[in-house]
Amino acid sequence: MHSSNPRNIAVSVHNLSKQFDGFTAVDRINFEVKKGEIFGFLGPNGAGKSTTIRMLCGILPPTSGEGKVAGLDIHTQREQIKWQIGYMSQKFSLYEDLTVEENINFYSGIYQIEEDTLRRRKEWVIEMAGLQRHRGSLTRVLSGGWRQRLALGCALLHEPSILFLDEPTSGVDPISRRQFWDLIYELTGRGVTVFVTTHYMDEAEYCDRLGMIYDGKLVALGTPEELKKEFMKETVLEVSCEQPMKAMAVIQNLAAVKEVTLFGNHLHAVVPDARTAHKAIQLVLSENAIKLSRLEKISPALEDVFVSLIEAQGKATATGGEGA
Amino acid sequence: MSAIRAEGLTKRFGDVTAVDQLSLEVAEGEIFGLVGPDGAGKTTTMRLLTGIMDASSGDGWVFGRSVIRESEAIKDDIGYMSQRFGLYHDLTVLENIRFYADIYGVPRRQCEQKIDELLELSNLAPFKDRRAGNLSGGMKQKLGLSCALIHTPRVLFLDEPTNGVDPLYRREFWRILYQLQRQKVTVFVSTAYLDEAERCFRVGFLHEGKLIACDTPANIKKLLNGQVLELRFSNARQAAALLREDRPESSVGLFGDRVHMLTQDPERDLNQARSVVAKSHLELLSSRVIDPGLEDVFISVLKKDAGGTHAFE
Amino acid sequence: MNLRRLAAVAKKECLHILRDPRSLYISIALPMMLLLLYGYALTLDVDRVPMVIWDQSETTESRELISRFTGSRYFTAQSFVSSYKEIEHSIDTRQALAALIIPTEFAQLLGGGEPTPVQLIVDGTDANTATLALGYAQVVALIYSQEIILQKVRQLRGQVLTVPLDVRARAWFNPDLESKNYIIPGLIAVIMMVISALLTSLTVAREWETGTMEQLISTPVKGPELITGKLIPYIFLGLLDVLLAVLMGEYLFHVPLRGNVALLFTMATVFLAGSMSLGMMISIVTKSQMVASQAAIVVTFLPSFLLSGFIFAISNMPTVIQWGTYLIPARYFITLLKGIYLKGIGLEVLALEAVLLVLFGVIVVLLANYKFKRKLV
Repeated sequence: MHSSNPRNIAVSVHNLSKQFDGFTAVDRINFEVKKGEIFGFLGPNGAGKSTTIRMLCGILPPTSGEGKVAGLDIHTQREQIKWQIGYMSQKFSLYEDLTVEENINFYSGIYQIEEDTLRRRKEWVIEMAGLQRHRGSLTRVLSGGWRQRLALGCALLHEPSILFLDEPTSGVDPISRRQFWDLIYELTGRGVTVFVTTHYMDEAEYCDRLGMIYDGKLVALGTPEELKKEFMKETVLEVSCEQPMKAMAVIQNLAAVKEVTLFGNHLHAVVPDARTAHKAIQLVLSENAIKLSRLEKISPALEDVFVSLIEAQGKATATGGEGA
Repeated sequence: MSAIRAEGLTKRFGDVTAVDQLSLEVAEGEIFGLVGPDGAGKTTTMRLLTGIMDASSGDGWVFGRSVIRESEAIKDDIGYMSQRFGLYHDLTVLENIRFYADIYGVPRRQCEQKIDELLELSNLAPFKDRRAGNLSGGMKQKLGLSCALIHTPRVLFLDEPTNGVDPLYRREFWRILYQLQRQKVTVFVSTAYLDEAERCFRVGFLHEGKLIACDTPANIKKLLNGQVLELRFSNARQAAALLREDRPESSVGLFGDRVHMLTQDPERDLNQARSVVAKSHLELLSSRVIDPGLEDVFISVLKKDAGGTHAFE
Repeated sequence: MNLRRLAAVAKKECLHILRDPRSLYISIALPMMLLLLYGYALTLDVDRVPMVIWDQSETTESRELISRFTGSRYFTAQSFVSSYKEIEHSIDTRQALAALIIPTEFAQLLGGGEPTPVQLIVDGTDANTATLALGYAQVVALIYSQEIILQKVRQLRGQVLTVPLDVRARAWFNPDLESKNYIIPGLIAVIMMVISALLTSLTVAREWETGTMEQLISTPVKGPELITGKLIPYIFLGLLDVLLAVLMGEYLFHVPLRGNVALLFTMATVFLAGSMSLGMMISIVTKSQMVASQAAIVVTFLPSFLLSGFIFAISNMPTVIQWGTYLIPARYFITLLKGIYLKGIGLEVLALEAVLLVLFGVIVVLLANYKFKRKLV
């Protein structure tokens, strides 16, 4: 990767590694995140996502390698880094027995925000989270979406230039997730850099650039489009038909089809050769009296890429190991 | 006889009604999905139907036996996996499974065979001596499932089993569920993922404790008034924002790198969309009318209820 | 009650104990440590009270008196001083707990047959020691006076006289009146009460906290199976503790065990079942490990320590509190232990205590089962 003007770089790491008792959680990874970018960090459970985030946030010292966050060194300037970044984890570090306002006041205290700034920031957070009618409510009674936005607000009180989000939408319903991403875009529009990990592949599509980590190694890096072109050698056929469940079972057995998965209400068939597979699928569905409404080549979804990448890394099903 | 039936099932906590007059029926051998946002009452419904929590009013039946009056009798018929999987982290995979086998009184002769079968099904055989606490999220989930299946239950209740699990494991998990379904096991699964709901035979939409729709995914989609236009742009996010601005009353949703637009007249709206984005120098890459997904329905049905939508507006 | 389920729960609980070094530590090292600490610290004997002496007389007679004090095992001469200032200093700095002042005219007055004043000062800040030291000092002085009187009478009348009343006191079961002999058995009871309730107070609450209870409720396992299954390994652990404590009593503190060992362990089992069920009940009610462990300590430690007759005799307590002591299982167990240990008596005498202990166990076990609801609320 060509590192452009270093002033435009929010995060850069060079050969960053972390070992725990001989176990390598993160293995010499390299990447850069530009200012104002949404950088998605993907990978299966235990691949090293959280370890990387913790090193970048100055919570965990790296074993080796270099890293800079907001121009500060992650070895020597860990305390300064904490003032430049906001961090929000999937556990939403809110006090459930405090009210919305009390939580905000607490985090303002932590970040030593001045009295008059606080008033402005508090209103901003409450409005952003849509909590105007709930400022006196206990955090415990808020729904997941609200809590998530409040946690985001608290992480933003000190106006950090880089925001780290560790699986921020885990366990939140689709509508809240959409609203959350609207907020994220609003923030990047103001120049905030966002570094986010997620399990949801549709969310990964929203990122400007992605890094995929597997077994501690960075196995792919690029925009969603680049990843789809580079790593998806096979073709994806979308099959829309009746009885998708039954169709899946019969298509699965075709030699021309490498893999078939249910995506919403249609099937994605990963095929080495589109033409042969097209014919084979049409044939097998009519043999089984399943009405086919559409069969066409589509650009693959990121989930297809993710799965095929990880399977290519070997032992797809044996991705065991401690959560990193 | 239906595998699961509920009639006016209601649960109140103080003055909060968590589950409100819920009635539904699940046929034997079905995969039924209970879908709804966080806090809609999915977990409470699960607990009521498994007889581990008493309803305030109404009743439910599992294979004709009341979950209130015969909550003991139904226990051999049901397997339940709670959100936290119910595993002992200091016990190994095998010890966890054996414990539940003893608790359910699985005959010893069948026991070993059943355990092998489950380890094979869940691909956990190589890890059988690993402590549960040292398993990854996806593996814990499969172990939890194995424990819930040890006594060969007729109905399986799974409370948000794939929450926080990566796509690879989710696929594998569903593969296992279909395998069970083929063995005539009835599966009652709750989820917040709408793409998972599509995989169910029938789906119940739970919202604020009420079942607002309950049908096959195909029939639920008929509730959607109009067609769905799928558009791909050079910048989907920006395009979606422009389209929303242009037509605030319409339903425009972003699905990964695609924009879904609910429309009565695809032809006209496509042209309009093209001209709207052209002003901002965005390019329309492709367009087609697609079958709507459950998420399209969900968003159009619940849009008004979702609270403050766009905070910066 | 299904035996296989019971065994499954017991086996699982064993694995928890073996794999959690923290609970193993609490269950084995902690009682040993407490027994060591309290066994040595809680001695109620006053031995070798350090004493400073101001001998203003410096005569044969005064030295004779001093040797009476220092010759007994109750006092040791810490130092000789020559002013009140020094006495004050030694007592303030706790180098001495008592001071003996013999006036200049001591020998003269003694010879003249006059009442001879001798001053004894004790450090009253430690009332218990002060009282005992005073008592000992008076006895020492009295014996010495008696001898002097007898001597004088003999000189006057030329014949041998005897003291009319010769009280030969003998403390049965504890001839040397060593307090450790009754403190150690009592201490074993108090420590076991606290440890056993503490251990089991964590078990049910832990299952609620980790979410496994929800899973168990969905299975056919019954309350009594779960509670009993959990109790079994802990009772064995508790018996191991009792064994270690008895061994320590024997070889470290040299407390004689006169009674039947089998009876002692049978009663210990009954006692453990009761106190462990109490811990279990606390766990069931609180559903939180932190609250449960704190409650277990509060509920068991102070009552067992203060109201069981371990330190303070129940017969000296106000009547209302005496009734209250019947609620404290340690009371029966302490009586039983002391009886078996020191008196070597058996059930023929201790039947009431044994029955009450069993009754306590049964009530708590039933209560724990009653309180355990296999439902979420």
